[in-house]
Amino acid sequence: MARTKTSPIPAALRAAFPHTIPILAGFLFIGIAYGVYMNVSGFGFVYPMLMSLLIFGGSLEFLAVAMLLSKFSPLSTLMVALMVQARHLFYGIAMLDKYKGLGWKRAYLIFGLCDETFSVNCTAEIPDGIDRGWFYFFVTLLNQLYWVCGATLGGLLGSLFTFNTAGLDFVMTAMFVVIFLEQCRKEKQPWTALIGLGASLVCLLVFGADSFILPSMVCIFAFLLLFKKPIAKAGDFQ
Amino acid sequence: MTKLQQIITIAMCVLGTQVMRTLPFLVFSSAKPTPRLVQYLGKALPAAVFAMLVVYCLKSARPVAGIPALTELIAIAATVLLHLWRKNMLLSIAGGTLCYMVLIQTGILPV
Repeated sequence: MARTKTSPIPAALRAAFPHTIPILAGFLFIGIAYGVYMNVSGFGFVYPMLMSLLIFGGSLEFLAVAMLLSKFSPLSTLMVALMVQARHLFYGIAMLDKYKGLGWKRAYLIFGLCDETFSVNCTAEIPDGIDRGWFYFFVTLLNQLYWVCGATLGGLLGSLFTFNTAGLDFVMTAMFVVIFLEQCRKEKQPWTALIGLGASLVCLLVFGADSFILPSMVCIFAFLLLFKKPIAKAGDFQ
Repeated sequence: MTKLQQIITIAMCVLGTQVMRTLPFLVFSSAKPTPRLVQYLGKALPAAVFAMLVVYCLKSARPVAGIPALTELIAIAATVLLHLWRKNMLLSIAGGTLCYMVLIQTGILPV
């Protein structure tokens, strides 16, 4: 009894779990959809299991399926990965202080700093007497567990589905549309969204479906830098 | 793709992700302010990148009745309307996907 009272680990787990419940629902749903999507794309459950474990970044994992089915081009894949995950830079910057001095746990916290984990760990008020490091650790671990379980389950269930799954791959498009909408709602200016849409549509027409991603990224960077002043002003970016 | 090429492709995704997650902890210190340009890109990039990813999803879409990506555009419109109406991410994703599946499985649209 006395031992459990002084041990910070179960207490931190109990404090962390409620914060992850909303993510439990979302990660299981999208994770299962991802696993089924991989399955119907011709990949066994080991793929979604390992990819959700190692990449642990939802949007990129969906894109990875498309990239695995296209022509092999590691450089383009790396550029897409860097660009899609670029927002994580800012999660890291925001967590510099919070993740300081947490020893070995810090390495895992940084590895698993996905959007949802960031939003919980950045905003959660950790109750008095709860170990900060273990709290962050369990939020990160639970979220990853939900995601990996969902993806694996989807990968296993996919082959049991007897209904017609044609068109299920639209789940990726729908997901990006919704993320894009949510992002637009936060913006005070339409220009960055329009630059992204315009540059990639024009590059798709000019360079074709197989090789428009890299030129699109170059154009997006160029326009964002070229119009830095007006965009920053319109968007209220300090 | 061979097994090795698949492994390399997945490894590139892991690498790209971890570079972006680790870099701030290696480069920036909480004592010094983050460079202005990095701050700007952090705010300006997300909307542009997600717009690009939507276009990426449509890259192989076929024209229907002469209109490029018509099926996808209808399903996207359904997703957007559902999302503006209920503001529930999971509902919008599920509804939009269902709409697309119905469109292509029933063959309502002319090819």
